[in-house]
Amino acid sequence: MHIVYELNHEIQEEIEKIQNHLLLEVKNLSLTIERFGKGWTREHLYVIRDFHLKIHHGEVVAIVGASGSGKSLLADAILGIHPKNSIVDGMIKYENKLLTEKRRKRLRGNDILLIPQMTNALDPLMKVGKQVKTLMKQKSYQKSVKQIFQKVGLDPAVYDQIPSACSGGMIRKVFIAMALASEAKLIIADEPTNGLDDESIEEMLFQLKMLAKDNRGVIMITHDLEAAMKIADKIAVFYAGETVEVVDKKHLKKGGKFRHPYSRALWNALPQNGFIAIDSSQPSATEKLTGCSFAKQCPKATKKCNMEKPLLKEIGHDEMVRCFYAGM
Amino acid sequence: MLQILNIGKFILFRTIKFIILLFAVIVCSFLLVSYSPVDPIQSYLGAEMMVVREEQREEIAEYFGVNESKTEQFFHWLTMFLHGDLGTSLLYRQEVIVVIQERFLASFALMAISWIVSGIFGYVLGVIAGMNEGTMIDKAIKSFCFILASTPAFWIGILLLIVFSLWLGWFPIGLSMPIGMLAEEVTVWDRLKHIILPALTLSIIGISNITLHTRQKVMDILESEFIRFARAKGEEGFRLFARHIFRNTLFPAISVHFASFGELFGGVILAEQVFSYPGLGQAIVQAGLNSDVPLLLGIVAFSALFVFIGNLLADLLYYFIDLRIKNGETI
Amino acid sequence: MKNQFLSIDFDNTNYKRRVLWKIIGLVCLFLLVALSGFWIGEEQLEANMGEKNLSPSLQHPFGTDWLGRDMFFRTLSGLHLSWKVGLFAAVISTAIALTLSLLSSVNHFFDSLVTMLIDLFLSIPHLVALILIAFVLGGGVKGIVIGIAFTHWPSLTRVLRAEILQIKSAEYVHVSRKLGKSRMWIIRHHYLPQLMPQLFVGFILLFPHAILHESAITFLGFGLSPEQPAIGIILSEAMKYLTMGMWWLVVFPGLSLIGMVVIFDALGNNLRKLLNPN
Repeated sequence: MHIVYELNHEIQEEIEKIQNHLLLEVKNLSLTIERFGKGWTREHLYVIRDFHLKIHHGEVVAIVGASGSGKSLLADAILGIHPKNSIVDGMIKYENKLLTEKRRKRLRGNDILLIPQMTNALDPLMKVGKQVKTLMKQKSYQKSVKQIFQKVGLDPAVYDQIPSACSGGMIRKVFIAMALASEAKLIIADEPTNGLDDESIEEMLFQLKMLAKDNRGVIMITHDLEAAMKIADKIAVFYAGETVEVVDKKHLKKGGKFRHPYSRALWNALPQNGFIAIDSSQPSATEKLTGCSFAKQCPKATKKCNMEKPLLKEIGHDEMVRCFYAGM
Repeated sequence: MLQILNIGKFILFRTIKFIILLFAVIVCSFLLVSYSPVDPIQSYLGAEMMVVREEQREEIAEYFGVNESKTEQFFHWLTMFLHGDLGTSLLYRQEVIVVIQERFLASFALMAISWIVSGIFGYVLGVIAGMNEGTMIDKAIKSFCFILASTPAFWIGILLLIVFSLWLGWFPIGLSMPIGMLAEEVTVWDRLKHIILPALTLSIIGISNITLHTRQKVMDILESEFIRFARAKGEEGFRLFARHIFRNTLFPAISVHFASFGELFGGVILAEQVFSYPGLGQAIVQAGLNSDVPLLLGIVAFSALFVFIGNLLADLLYYFIDLRIKNGETI
Repeated sequence: MKNQFLSIDFDNTNYKRRVLWKIIGLVCLFLLVALSGFWIGEEQLEANMGEKNLSPSLQHPFGTDWLGRDMFFRTLSGLHLSWKVGLFAAVISTAIALTLSLLSSVNHFFDSLVTMLIDLFLSIPHLVALILIAFVLGGGVKGIVIGIAFTHWPSLTRVLRAEILQIKSAEYVHVSRKLGKSRMWIIRHHYLPQLMPQLFVGFILLFPHAILHESAITFLGFGLSPEQPAIGIILSEAMKYLTMGMWWLVVFPGLSLIGMVVIFDALGNNLRKLLNPN
């Protein structure tokens, strides 16, 4: 009896560990690009200034921000495939261990997989099936790939076609198939619903949720707050290269509101909330910011906001907000 | 079926265009030559001019059609040309066609070897440079090509001659086979020894074009979206190349290399001169220096054909690639 | 987690200044070589049997040849000749290119005509065309200069033609047309100023090709008589004496030629960088 109890206890601990197991933790991530402006002057682009993120197994975390705010580069920065003329700084921990360059190389395509935005992300001259097969961990047979195709709703015959012969929707399904084939633990989806009609969006969101339910972590980078709210467990709001808020869906379900003025504005701009437009211009990437990045457009801005830079404050377990007047 | 028809149409159209072009080339060349201050009789007889009697001169003049008007001469020549008779070479006392045929094989062997060798080396260098953009190796390859393009082709040949034939004695100094040997006794190895240096010269010259083109193409592909994704999947280095870059860059490289047939022919002329290699290149130089008009015109026309074939093959390759992509097939 | 910064060696607004200095340096070097040719007299090129076949030394930095002539001065004269030939050929070529490209902009018919002409000249290998023209003109300097001039205009013409097509479609040209300005006026005031940079760079870049081809054709034996110190001739003559081990007859003239070609190429490329801030 004694032994059984202990075993149970151990199993319990293991289960708890896995559930609270932080998959990815990002702190103070920054990405600076060196570029040439007009007339041969050098300029620095602060594309990502201060990014924070936490994601657990089985979670969907959405990173929401306006188009062109450098969100795609977030994926590149985490994966380590950012452009040659850029520097990445900050701390990234994967499964509670520091993510070094060496480790990242091993994990790319194995444990961490990118689902790209564009359908031209596939090699135009290679069979689609072959491109999925190369990601498979275990027995990489055509058959197993075709099985996965069926699972995501693709005709197994697609295996032998090249990308130009496939529709956009089919290619997106191929990306999901890749995620399944690689058995990656962390999936980063870059604008998965961009340019899709409502039905396709539902389909895509469903697939992503299924991936997460399989004990994976799914990071969804998007500008579509509505889509994010449908499947995300946590929503990280991204503005001017910074994380300005991270909110738990449970809080919103309970009737709570977004805490940061920018997030509120995004929320208000949704059709069901009245389509209240906001001035969505962001500070240029070359500007060095003093004070709060949103101050110029914030309805609640005070003198303090213009002079002092608010830091991310943790609220509760996994939520944070970057505002002096959060929630007010 | 439809594809074959289309390709056929393509080739036909190009061939017609070429024939018109060739015609223009021939007309222009003939016009140029006929207005040149060259007396065919004098060049034929050379120093023996003084000794020849009047009647004999008349006969020779008849033979060369000197007494006909320019137009008559041209049509005379044109009809001969259309019948496959390019006239008789003054220099070699043979039919031009025969001369070209004999020497073509020698030159062709030289050009074929050089084309293949420079193609392979050029492609590999281009890929290495493109994939390592900005590094020392890339800079070294770029500089190498730059300097190579600034070097007179024949000088490289002479240097190779000095080093490998004179100093090291590994290879013979010239010609295509050992002197004094009967044709039957010449072995393949003999021929090889004589062809290596000129081929090496030609190969070196032909590298820079394909290297720089391939380098640029590789760099362009590395910027593309699907490479970003491939890298996101963890592919890099040689694997990235073998999987994705190779098939996307090989055919454009070959195509560009086909289009360099013109420079290849020019190079052959110089290489053959340096190594006294008896091919078409040497023939055209001798023809020009000794006013052998029929032979000169014949080789000019032939070189136009050569350039045409090169360009045609280059375009066909691109056409073929396009076709495959449109039909959803891999290469 | 800092990643490597692959920094390019431009440096703010100093870049343009550096390019300018490179250009000035190159021009000085070139002038040194070019103008020296004018001062090399008969004396330095004279045969001196007492000093024949000498390998390089302080007295004769490039050695002497089988006639005792100093190779350094011979080489310099050769370079001098090369750039003179290059100059004539480049000027004529550029003039042809400009004329033809302007002609092609007049209407569709002329455009097709010019395009066909370009195709015609590009249908046979450069060297073959050169041999043909040199032969027809009976050799001599005239033959070479004209030969090179008439084989190098196609690529520049293509470039200029493309430029003109772009300019043609610009707003201000339409406006001038509507205002009734004559074609010549448009050409002078709109086309030419825009074309100038390309024209100039193209002109400079014609030199390297011209020089290389000039050396090739004189090497083959067309054009100049064996006494004239053209680099091609120096090299072809030198071939006869290779077995005597006089490597300096080949190495130095060749290197000098390469040097000159590289100078012009670098000049042209740097000029392009300066005039085209892309």
